[in-house]
Formats: sequence, structure tokens, C-alpha cells
Amino acid sequence: MDNIAGRKPALAWAVHISVVALVLLWVLPTFGLLVSSFRTGDQISTSGWWRALTTQEQQLPPIRLAGDEAEVDGTFVIEGALFSNARQVSAWGTSSRAPDAFAPGDVAELADGQTLTVGPTGSFRLTSPVSLEGSRLPRVFASAATPPEFTLRNYRTVLFTPSAGQSIGQAFLNTLTVAIPATIIPILIAAFAAYALAWMDFPGRALLVAAVVGLLVVPLQLALIPLLQLHNAIGIGKGYLGIWLAHTGFGLPLAIYLLRNYMVSLPRDIIENARVDGATEFQIFLKIILPLSFPALASFAIFQFLWTWNDLLVALVFLGTGNDQLVLTGTLVNLLGSRGGDWEILATSAFVSIAVPLVVFFAMQRYLVRGLLAGSVK
Amino acid sequence: MEQAIQALWMIAIGVGGCVGYFFASNLLIDNVIFPATGPHAGRNITRANLIRPWLFLLPALIALGLYLAYPVFATFWLSLHQQRAGNVSEFVGLSNYHRMLAEPKFRESMRNNMMWLVVVPALATLFGLLAAQLTDRIRWGNIAKSLIFMPMAISFVGASVIWKLVYDTRPAGQEQIGILNAVYLWFGGTAPQTWLTIPLWNNLFLMIVLIWIQAGFAMVILSAALRAIPEETIEAAILDGANPFQIFFRIKVPQIRGTIIVVWTTITITVLKVFDIVLAMTNGQWETQVLANYMFDKLFRAGDWGVGSASAMVIMLLVTPILIWNVINARREMR
Repeated sequence: MDNIAGRKPALAWAVHISVVALVLLWVLPTFGLLVSSFRTGDQISTSGWWRALTTQEQQLPPIRLAGDEAEVDGTFVIEGALFSNARQVSAWGTSSRAPDAFAPGDVAELADGQTLTVGPTGSFRLTSPVSLEGSRLPRVFASAATPPEFTLRNYRTVLFTPSAGQSIGQAFLNTLTVAIPATIIPILIAAFAAYALAWMDFPGRALLVAAVVGLLVVPLQLALIPLLQLHNAIGIGKGYLGIWLAHTGFGLPLAIYLLRNYMVSLPRDIIENARVDGATEFQIFLKIILPLSFPALASFAIFQFLWTWNDLLVALVFLGTGNDQLVLTGTLVNLLGSRGGDWEILATSAFVSIAVPLVVFFAMQRYLVRGLLAGSVK
Repeated sequence: MEQAIQALWMIAIGVGGCVGYFFASNLLIDNVIFPATGPHAGRNITRANLIRPWLFLLPALIALGLYLAYPVFATFWLSLHQQRAGNVSEFVGLSNYHRMLAEPKFRESMRNNMMWLVVVPALATLFGLLAAQLTDRIRWGNIAKSLIFMPMAISFVGASVIWKLVYDTRPAGQEQIGILNAVYLWFGGTAPQTWLTIPLWNNLFLMIVLIWIQAGFAMVILSAALRAIPEETIEAAILDGANPFQIFFRIKVPQIRGTIIVVWTTITITVLKVFDIVLAMTNGQWETQVLANYMFDKLFRAGDWGVGSASAMVIMLLVTPILIWNVINARREMR
């Protein structure tokens, strides 16, 4: 509101704060899932992701003591550390009923004359008058401050270890196989059609443009069964060829509409000069129109790529629901059903699936915005 | 690997086929059928130019006709027929529609869809307008915009996973890992809620996911419209002593009314087709069914093509007014 004379600083602050609140509201859900994907299953299910960024006090699961025994002056001693990483013990105990009975450094008297002491960093010392060889050592319950801790293990598991037949790595490949041809083929077909609709004179042109605008909003739900029947009848069945054709058909109205609108706005002189100079329509299209339309082609390419990558319905229907045919979205839905509680698997799989569109989005945002502005029917 | 090679082949064949078709057909028409030489050169050029547009359009027309126009009629036909054993279908008139109307799940879907139709476009447009106006004039506005716009790139299923974590519920006494419950308890809520199973309200929690995705789209379009408003109108208002709120509601919003309608209808169409979010989050349980998921249920789980197609026709019917309005507008613009 720079142009408002005598603007109030209070109002400017209110604007900044509202924008911060809006942005937080829009980013936090995604950020939460991202943070969760770097935590172990235990961490996720015992504390909210927003606690993962700070050192936090928590009661750890019971730890069974273990270590090599040494004899010192007639007593048997086992020394070791409770944790392999840096943690600050605040209280500990030897029974689940009193997990906070002792402070770090205290000496606990156990049965059979044994003593146990746990230091502030988690080092312990267990003594016993008789050898502990072969006997079960006591368990320790400790409350400790755990610094933020993140792991990449979830990503390794999700990408390279298929579980219950659900392989994210395979699904990733499937999605890529669907998305790339399904992006390139409609662009080519649409570019020729858009050129004809923009710069060639023929009866019925206006009617065709109107038809394309109408087809823009036809719900593809209607197409599922008839097209599946058609694919079966002509022998394509379920498979990549079918889904490529389907995506091509569904993407064409937007592609033709976007490209035609862009091509119409190109200067008439260029095209007419070329015609006068004896260029054929095919040459004009290939050498003049196509290079000049690059921004519109890029806009549509991004749309179509995001849409085919993120699509669930078309993939379920035209590719199939077998484990080796699922795309990322389909695998995610199955995971939500079968492993809805395993947030480390879910969060990581979700992030693998949205990583590529996010990269495309941030790299090509300019074209996406331009396409949106041109594509919304005015 | 095999798959990658197959995909590469498809790209090569598809692209090569398209280019080859256009190139060869043009060559054929210019040099063989209607050569621009000889005694009829002039007539031939005219004829070639009569046919050429259709050569350019042919692949697109086939694809559009086969994949979008034909299915509308085929679905209508299917909705009037009943599949019988042995792959025969029998004409049953409107009985599929009668059966569908009698189903409580269908009525629930209609009711929910109506709620979606009112709430989602309204709130997404509102948040988009708010974000557009607020971010337009601050220095880090572009970063803010791009972050609010980001969910556009996330699939509906991915967004469902993201929001399922937000709505997660742990039994009372345990630490909550869903941020909504954590906030709810922190503000004095008595017990953690299972948000997705509270009838009627759970619809709202599903709608929030779509609003979250669509607000960025609304923001981008409305922001461009706000910038296109002539400065003079705003300056005149300032000189007349209007405050910022008056400027926004009385000067700016009326001038971008057309764009607001466009955004609203575009989101409306998305809402009518919403399927992934409901499938992934509740699968229509706890009274959250919507038309598109109901249709998917009927077609692919119950195998009832008649009722499934009938419900698809209902979606088509709901889209039709927008379709007609768009076509009328496009025709007006062409003139």
C-alpha cells in the first residue's frame, strides 16, 4: 500500500503479520511431513514433529544393560554406556513403577547385593559380589534430554526395500514412464491444431474453437468406462499405450486452447510476409510459429506434466491396480489403507512422490503463472 | 530398464509419427494430389489450401472426438442400459436413475457435493483474494506468493497424506502427534478428537485440503487482475479520503468482479471432480461420500455400470451450465 498517502505504520505491520500467518498456515502442514520423514517411527509416534527441532525431555523405552564383566578387588563390575549418542540423563530407575526414582550419580541398591549407578551422560556401573556371567542383567528406565536427531534411513528403506509388494522405487519409474510421453505427445498434436485454428481460414473454425472451449470442462469421469471398453475392443487393454492415449486426449483441449490464444496474439505481419515470400504453411509453422510459441509450449508442458504425475484416477483405470502397475499416487493410497499408522513410511513415500513436481514447480514457476493467466477462460 | 526403453520408444514413435504424418501429408497434397505447377496451378493451390487446415487438425479432432466427445454419449447410453450375464446389455429406460435416487449413499453424496460447491470455491477465492491483496505491496511478497502457491504442485493424494498427519489422533493421555489435536488441547480442549469421523464436520476437514491447494491458483489470477486496475481510480479514491478498506472493497473488488467469477467457476469444476482426497482420507466413510467417489465405487468396486454411468451423467449435468457459459463467452470474444 505504498501509494496510499499518509499510510499508517500500524497498518503496515498488520499486513506483514497477516502475511506471515498465512504463509505459516500454508507451509506448516507440508513442513511437518518433511520433518517427520527424517525421524524414526518411534520418534514420530511418541512426540509431535514440532518437538523434533528442539532438545526434548522424554522417557526412553527400557534399556537392558549389557557389557563385559571385570573383577576388581573381589567384586564383579560391568561398565558401559546406556546410549550410543549424546543424551543428558535427568532421572532414572530400575522398575517401571518408579522410572524416576534416582538422580544421575545416585547409587541404587539392587537385590543380591548388587549396586547400580547411572551417570549424567548415560554411563553406568553395575557391581555384584558374585559373577553375573550368564544371568539376565537388570533393565534401566531413564528420562533423558535428547538433542534433535534425524535419519536418512526411511528414504533408504522406502526406495530400495519393497515392503508387502509396495515398491516406491518401481512406482517412481512407472510414474515417470506415464508422465513423459503423456506430456510430449499432446503438445505436438495440439500445436498443429492450434496453428490451424489461429491462422488458417476455413469454414467452421469458430465452431471448432467453441467446441474446444466446451470440451475443456467435460469431466473425465464420463470417459472411464466407454474408453476402457474401446481399449479392450481394439486390443490395447490396460497398459502404458492406453494411458498415454488417454492423457493425450484429456490434455488436448487445454493445450489447443492455450496455444491458440498465444498464437493468435503473434504479429500478423510476420506470417503474411513469410507467405508472400513463398513459404509453405508447413515451413511457417515449423520455422516461425513454433519457436515463437515457446513460452506457451513451456506453460502447457508444465501443466500437463504436473497433472499426469499427480493423477490417480486415470492411472487406476487405464493402467491397472496390480502392485507392479501402480504409480506413486496409487501406491500412496494403498499405503494409507494398509499401513496408515506407519508414519515414517507414509511421510517418506509422500515426499518421494511430491519431490519431482515441487522441483519442476520452483524451477519453472514463471511459465506456470503465465499459463494460468492465459488458460483461465476470460 | 525395459520400461525406460519402452517409454523412449513410445516417445520416438509418437513424436516421429506425428512429425512424419504432418510432413508427409503436406508433401503429398502439395506435390502429388494438387501440384502447384502445370495448367491448373492456380486452382490446385486453392484446393490444397482448402484441405490443409483439416490435415493439421485431423489428429487432434480424432483424439478429442474419441476421448472426450464420444464418451459423453456412450456414458449416456450406458446409463440407460443394464448389463446382463453373458456380456449383453438391455435397455431399461430410467430405472438406473431411479435406483440411484433411492440409495441413501447417493443422497448423501449429493448433499456433501452441494456443501463442497458452496464452501470450497468461496473460501479458496476469499483466501486467494486476501493473499493477493496483502502480498502485492510488501517487499517479500513474491516469496510469500510462491509459498502459498506451492500446494498447486502437490498431488491430491500427497496433500491427503500431509493433512492426515495434521488430523492424526492419539488416545487421550498420550502425546498428540497431529498438530490440530495438539493445538486443540493446548487451547483447553478436553479430549483429543478423531476429526475425520465427526459427521458433517469431517466434510469441512476434507474441504480444507482442497482449499489449501486451490487458494494459490486463485491468488495468482486475482493478483494479476489487481495489478491491472488503473492507478487513477485508486488515486482518485485516496484524494477523496477513502481509507484502505474502502479502497479495497469499494474500488478494487468491483473492478475485478469478472476475474473473481472466472476463478470461482474454475474451482467449482475442480470441486465437482474431486475424488482423490475423499478416496485417500476417508473413502466415503463417516458420511463423507461425494459424487465422483460414489461413481468410482459403483463402476469399479460394485461393477454396476448402469448406476455408475447415471451418477457420471449427474456430474456432467452439474458442469453443463458452466460449459454453456464458457462457450458463450468464448464466442463473444471471437467476434
